[in-house]
Amino acid sequence: MSAWTGLGGFVGDARLVAAKDLRIEWRARTTLGQVLPFALLVLVLFGFALDANRPTLRLATPGLLWMTVLFVTVVAVQRSAAVESADGARRVLLLSGMAPAAAFVGKAAAVAVQLLVVEVLLVPGVVLLYDAEVESVPLVAATCIAATVGLAAAGSLLGAVVAGVRAHQTVLPILLLPVSAPVLIAATRAFADGFGTVAVEGWSWIGLLAGFAAANAVVGAVVYGPLLEEA
Amino acid sequence: MTPVGSLATPDEALVASYLGGPARTGSRFTFWLGLATLIGLAAVAALGLLAVPADDVQGDTVRIIFVHVPSALGAYVAFGLTAVGSVMWLWRKSVWWDVTAHAAAEVGVLLCGLMLVTGMLWGRPTWGTYWEWGDVRLVTSLILFLVMVGYLSVRALGGDATSVATRAAVVGLIGAVNLPIVNRSVNWWANRTLHQQSSLTEGKLEDLTLFTLFLAFVVAAMAICWMMVHRFRIGWLERQIQARELHEAMAARRAEAGR
Repeated sequence: MSAWTGLGGFVGDARLVAAKDLRIEWRARTTLGQVLPFALLVLVLFGFALDANRPTLRLATPGLLWMTVLFVTVVAVQRSAAVESADGARRVLLLSGMAPAAAFVGKAAAVAVQLLVVEVLLVPGVVLLYDAEVESVPLVAATCIAATVGLAAAGSLLGAVVAGVRAHQTVLPILLLPVSAPVLIAATRAFADGFGTVAVEGWSWIGLLAGFAAANAVVGAVVYGPLLEEA
Repeated sequence: MTPVGSLATPDEALVASYLGGPARTGSRFTFWLGLATLIGLAAVAALGLLAVPADDVQGDTVRIIFVHVPSALGAYVAFGLTAVGSVMWLWRKSVWWDVTAHAAAEVGVLLCGLMLVTGMLWGRPTWGTYWEWGDVRLVTSLILFLVMVGYLSVRALGGDATSVATRAAVVGLIGAVNLPIVNRSVNWWANRTLHQQSSLTEGKLEDLTLFTLFLAFVVAAMAICWMMVHRFRIGWLERQIQARELHEAMAARRAEAGR
């Protein structure tokens, strides 16, 4: 019974942190006002880069979409880490007495929600701009969820690594993008099946995305405490 | 020269440096090790370039394995050491392991770069292209290289040594945890292209080739040890200087207060 109470407290704390971050986001309207236009801009620029060639664009849609999501992840994680760096918020988080793992889960969940909002709008975006067609909605949805959880976990952890240092804007992409390579590969392959551009077994990639998400979530939950204390 | 193992705590090192202890990274051991390594490198170059016969299938390009394979193995060993050092820092706050992790990462990035360059140089005549996306080991190694470059950039951020050590250790840990996932994803992804896996030495190796390769491994191990010892001592001395600066500042404040 005490284990259940502990779990309830953990989930409650995580929800508290996630709600705090999302409330700050909502009041600042950064996702809506800056991140979404940025994502749309990247889609348009990819169109120029590939010479607006419809067959090429349709074939490259899964890769271009996930590249855009990776860029957005960098921006979202930077915002999320900046919230804790300002006004000594990290100290307050430590002094609140909640488990650091709960704070990590809350931070990652808030980033995941923002990424999902962007993805939900990017998919119609590529349908309109690149002539892509969604063939399997469940596969596309499952890929979005699995990949987003992994990106949010790895991103929130690396965001905490560079939080509070002067060069954090340039260091974060160097750290996050190579580690995210499996997400780009797996989500692109799964989307290629979901969009019907290439005949591959999309569902088999979901397992890899889930493995990535689980591994990074576990590492994050374990080392977030030391990071909060010393970084 | 003070042997590395005798510096048990930074405080002892502090006292030693106040007493005018040597602030050098070389010692009698590293001198002889360095000399032996240089002779070994000359021997590998002479054997590999002149004595070893050209391969039946690959011709002269096979000679690059004397650099490529030892540096690949060395890079993976060094990165493994960084991963262990990262865990030991996070778990035990061991300064020794932290300095070792940093030293190993620098040596590893050097060797990994050497491996990638020699791999590409070999790939051009063999595969007809510098970069073969179908080769899982090559692609995985490049991603590992980029992760470790990120690790070094975190190391270079500066600031409090404990804080930098923790940040870097987390990056090292994330790199180590994600490496198998990167390898798996690249493997699945590359195999759909129906490319052959790395078509390394299929022809039978001559005895002299095998001997030279073995010698190259030994010499590479010696070179890595030499670089590691020097890089470790530099890191250790850096820690001492930081501790000493803090110590001096504290002494100055105490002197002011007790005036």
